[in-house]
Amino acid sequence: MNTSKQIVTPKEFLFAVEEDDKLPLDCGRTLRNVTLKYETYGQLDKDKRNAILILHALSGDAHVCGYHSPSDDKPGWWNEMVGPGKPIDTNKYFVICSNVIGGCSGSTGPRSINPETGKPYNLDFPVLTIADMVRAQQRLIEYLEIPELLAVVGGSMGGMQALQWSISYPEMVHSVAAIATTAQLSPQSIAFDWIGRSAIQYDHEFVNGNYDDEFPPEHGLSIARMLAHVTYLSDESMAKKFGRGLQNSNSYTYKFDRDFAVESYLRYQGQRFVERFDANSYLYITKAMDYFDLSALGNGSLTQAFAGARANYLVVSFTSDWLFTTKQSEEIVRALLNNSLEVSFCEIESSYGHDAFLLEIETLGRIVSDFLRNQLMEWRKDECK
Amino acid sequence: MNANDAVKYVQERPDLMAIADLIPEGARVLDLGCGNGLFLKYLVETKHIRALGIDISQEAIIQCIDTGVPVIHGDLNEKLDFIKDQSFDYVILSCTLQEMVYPHRLLQEMLRIGRNAIVGVINFGHIRNRFQILFYGKMPVSKRLPHQWHSTPNIHLGTLKDFKHLCRELDFKILKTIPLSAQNRKEHRLSRLWPNMLAVNCVFMIAKRRKSFEE
Repeated sequence: MNTSKQIVTPKEFLFAVEEDDKLPLDCGRTLRNVTLKYETYGQLDKDKRNAILILHALSGDAHVCGYHSPSDDKPGWWNEMVGPGKPIDTNKYFVICSNVIGGCSGSTGPRSINPETGKPYNLDFPVLTIADMVRAQQRLIEYLEIPELLAVVGGSMGGMQALQWSISYPEMVHSVAAIATTAQLSPQSIAFDWIGRSAIQYDHEFVNGNYDDEFPPEHGLSIARMLAHVTYLSDESMAKKFGRGLQNSNSYTYKFDRDFAVESYLRYQGQRFVERFDANSYLYITKAMDYFDLSALGNGSLTQAFAGARANYLVVSFTSDWLFTTKQSEEIVRALLNNSLEVSFCEIESSYGHDAFLLEIETLGRIVSDFLRNQLMEWRKDECK
Repeated sequence: MNANDAVKYVQERPDLMAIADLIPEGARVLDLGCGNGLFLKYLVETKHIRALGIDISQEAIIQCIDTGVPVIHGDLNEKLDFIKDQSFDYVILSCTLQEMVYPHRLLQEMLRIGRNAIVGVINFGHIRNRFQILFYGKMPVSKRLPHQWHSTPNIHLGTLKDFKHLCRELDFKILKTIPLSAQNRKEHRLSRLWPNMLAVNCVFMIAKRRKSFEE
């Protein structure tokens, strides 16, 4: 077995440089000089039918698997799922993972320099939607000269983009794997996002988004992350992982510092997040999710929204996911079936909550890899007919 | 799993062979309780149908996706309202009706979704079952009904006659009746003489009575 590290070099795609090539956005504004960070793995076959686009969740990036250097000890965010011999096998498929615009991992976002002013956009950056993110990615796929993707795969916010892809560019999407996702954000999820953004905006270091790189609104961002993190877990997984265990002593401290293991864990997650994520990006990306509502594209009917879609779909939910529930996945399935589209749906038994899409690799991997294999086989068979 | 597995699997099941014979080329077919999906795969290969399966078991869903058959994870005891009225030509239910909490509701649901329903019914009135009750005074246990009365998933057992009565009550007409015995063809023929006594199970094709024609 080859145990050497798979090294990958991130790439950048710059577009919308010319005035007449600007990226139009849902809010009515446009973006110029747009950079998309992306990574690719494997080889594109001659018939160009083995290309898979992977889309990441809120805090993800283009680095889906492998390592950036031999000394790098942190693999990509879906390393168990994607790579040579993995369920999304890069020996077999040409895998592209694209970052989203609005983020802070190398693509154009609120901390980028506004070409008009020469200064960071900050809150002057246009408010984005999921469809805008997809619009930017479509430019990348066009640039890579891939006429039709074998599959667009994503979990959580990545799943939203995958669904949007199949509606915005139906002729470019052969199949979709939408995992732990929803066709519209529920009021409960919007509420959590609002609290998270409020924590950032009420941090006195926030200064209306014009904070210094040295003094970001750390407290607000870490509170937002802690809150969001709870929504990614489940009651059961927290009980299993922490119970009512105490972090340091055998007895209560009778102080307001952390006592419980779960408190310590959340604080650690919050602190780590601040080191790698930007507060303004957090505002923009959560807002994009809040606005996400595919049924709005069909005048209130999700079925109508998928009327032009032609992909084959795999929809996966997890039993303990209370952020994007099985019920929400079933709504997607219903709309797809109403349009006589080919769809498979599995609700995977898991106690991990929403995070299951990153953790239940054995079952999810089997399903996704079998789905992709059959999609490619049928597609190539159709061509022979 | 591939097409050969599917052929092998179906050939060992006379009830599935009988059902397959009823399905025309290119039909839209929904299989309720589709299990590993091999029967649908067989129909795709031999009849070029548009297939969809529904099953409650995660393992079955995984197998169907492996087989390459579209499948929905769902519970037949719940409403199937995610499927449109009359969106399938045939809705199949094979040897599962007796496990339903409300068998009659599922039959109605099948004929809401499909123009025809094909139902494989286990015959509790088979002579061996009658003997077991008559002579041993105990609920029958057999190859087809291997569970003890207290732990069986088969909570609504009936005879072929019972099924026909239910169809009449629900105003369904029976288009085809195919009584089946254990394995060989000779026995199948025998079972036709007195199905409610001699058939181990039976495949029925049913449809809604079209009121407009009769009035």
